[in-house]
Amino acid sequence: MRLTQGAFSFLPDLTDAQIAAQIEYCLQQGWATSVEYTDDPHPRNTYWEMFGMPMFDMKDAAGVLQEVNACRHTFPNHYVRVNAFDATRGVESVRLSFIVNRPPEEPGFGLIREEGAGRNIRYTLGRRA
Amino acid sequence: MTIQRIAARTPKAGADRYRAGVLKYADMGYWDSDYEPKDTDVLALFRITPQDGVEPKEAAAAVAGESSTATWTVVWTDRLTACERYRAKAYRIEPVPGAPGQYFAYIAYDLDLFEPGSIANLSASIIGNVFGFKPLKALRLEDMRFPTAYVKTFAGPPTGIIVERERLDKFGRPLLGATVKPKLGLSGRNYGRVVYEALQGGLDFTKDDENINSQPFMHWRDRFLYCMEAVNRAQAATGEVKGHYLNVTAATMEDMYERADFARELGSVIVMIDLVIGYTAIQSMSRWARKNDMILHLHRAGHGTYTRQKTHGVSFRVIAKWMRLAGVDHLHAGTVVGKLEGDPSTVQGFYNVLRQPLNTVDLPRGIFFEQNWAGLNGVMPVASGGIHAGQMHQLLTYLGDDTVLQFGGGTIGHPMGIAAGATANRVALEAMVLARNEGRDIWNEGPQILADVARHCTPLKAALDTWGEVTFNYASTDTPDFIPTPTAAA
Repeated sequence: MRLTQGAFSFLPDLTDAQIAAQIEYCLQQGWATSVEYTDDPHPRNTYWEMFGMPMFDMKDAAGVLQEVNACRHTFPNHYVRVNAFDATRGVESVRLSFIVNRPPEEPGFGLIREEGAGRNIRYTLGRRA
Repeated sequence: MTIQRIAARTPKAGADRYRAGVLKYADMGYWDSDYEPKDTDVLALFRITPQDGVEPKEAAAAVAGESSTATWTVVWTDRLTACERYRAKAYRIEPVPGAPGQYFAYIAYDLDLFEPGSIANLSASIIGNVFGFKPLKALRLEDMRFPTAYVKTFAGPPTGIIVERERLDKFGRPLLGATVKPKLGLSGRNYGRVVYEALQGGLDFTKDDENINSQPFMHWRDRFLYCMEAVNRAQAATGEVKGHYLNVTAATMEDMYERADFARELGSVIVMIDLVIGYTAIQSMSRWARKNDMILHLHRAGHGTYTRQKTHGVSFRVIAKWMRLAGVDHLHAGTVVGKLEGDPSTVQGFYNVLRQPLNTVDLPRGIFFEQNWAGLNGVMPVASGGIHAGQMHQLLTYLGDDTVLQFGGGTIGHPMGIAAGATANRVALEAMVLARNEGRDIWNEGPQILADVARHCTPLKAALDTWGEVTFNYASTDTPDFIPTPTAAA
């Protein structure tokens, strides 16, 4: 399966030039970028591991891309994403997030159903081994 | 009614003002051209069309009177109250540009006239008796301004745009949805099939239509159970959070609470209501949604009966303001390019009312007052009705990122099937956002961007081949008064 979290997962994997262009856009908006990675892509796993602090003072897309590549190099079999954070009052949240690395094999999820009364089913999303 | 109103030669005061009989509204204190609206006043702008022979000023005063303290005759019991404070004051009147016989009347209301936190009370005053008033041929409530003190008596949207995105883990692009079609007649089992296909194909949301409640062909429990099976299957297939707007609209609050509780029990992230349930029921469901961490989607069923015609009724921008106060998270607000009414500037005005922290006066977009939302969450506008993947560059340009684009027919009617229809929309959207962020001129290059990405995406190519040329090019009726605007067309 192909995990479709993030803003651009339905497009072919982005090239370094395309990633740099998106980072450049984020920096132009005044957003701080950060790099995160995980081997647990469950849709409710909010807190991927931080690959260093958010780069509040980094104004150069090439510098951010360097961090992206360092993370991809360290964790080639993990999911890696770039986040852009906007500290403007009333937003104070992520404005863009997209995946820049995937494991070679994406195992996907299985659905566990626990049947209850009145045809109710309790669903759990489980990792495929 | 042919009561002759006595024209006043001098301002009336004391016993003279309160002698039994009939006075002009303007002479009863409902017109005051010197009045300086207070920061704490509620302000309203009406478009009035007086009957022949009725002075515009008197008509404006009558609207102020009938929407606040007045009745048709003098009553001595006014003197038992601080009546001068409670009278609404028409303070400004101006002719509507290019519309002979129509006037904009500005009216100020003291804050004490309104119960805190109640849209029912607010609307009973402002659009109560006055819309049937005989001396007016027609009357339209165009815009309102609420003071911060009043805004703060409402809790507003239970989730809001920012928290909705955080909960769904979806950032940087409009959300995608589709309404299940046909809107009536599918069994629960077949209905859930449409939901599953659309969500696993790439949509974020699917939606019940406004008139799907609990009918002989599909009872509500059956629909909820099959839809949640579909939602969970799609989440497993994609690793993304998905949702289906379960419409809990029903005959009574007790029924609605029962349905909403069941949706929560099944793990749905969102429930839906229709505007026709009424303002009080909407506020009750907003409280329920806040208590249960649920996104609340509002379908504006019925609004076209009173929002569309320019001379009479209530502008949708006022309904949008009321609904932001009442507290909904999603509200259908127009597409510009689709099958339903929507002049581009007017629709952008609605979107600004729903999303911005502060609206500044913007006459070309129909915004007559500055409105500070005082930290109230934003409402996610929903664009639904006759839109397709080939319009993606126009939709993104007109509507921006914080919106739900709903392609019903444009997903389910796809020649290769529902999942392919969903994929076509998602690919078109992501390609357009990517290109815009790269600095490309999507307004002009949009069709080329879509054609390029469609070379590697058969479902998008099929969508463009099927609908690429479809436009709904009709003149709008609800247009701004201050600039001539061309109708949106491809």
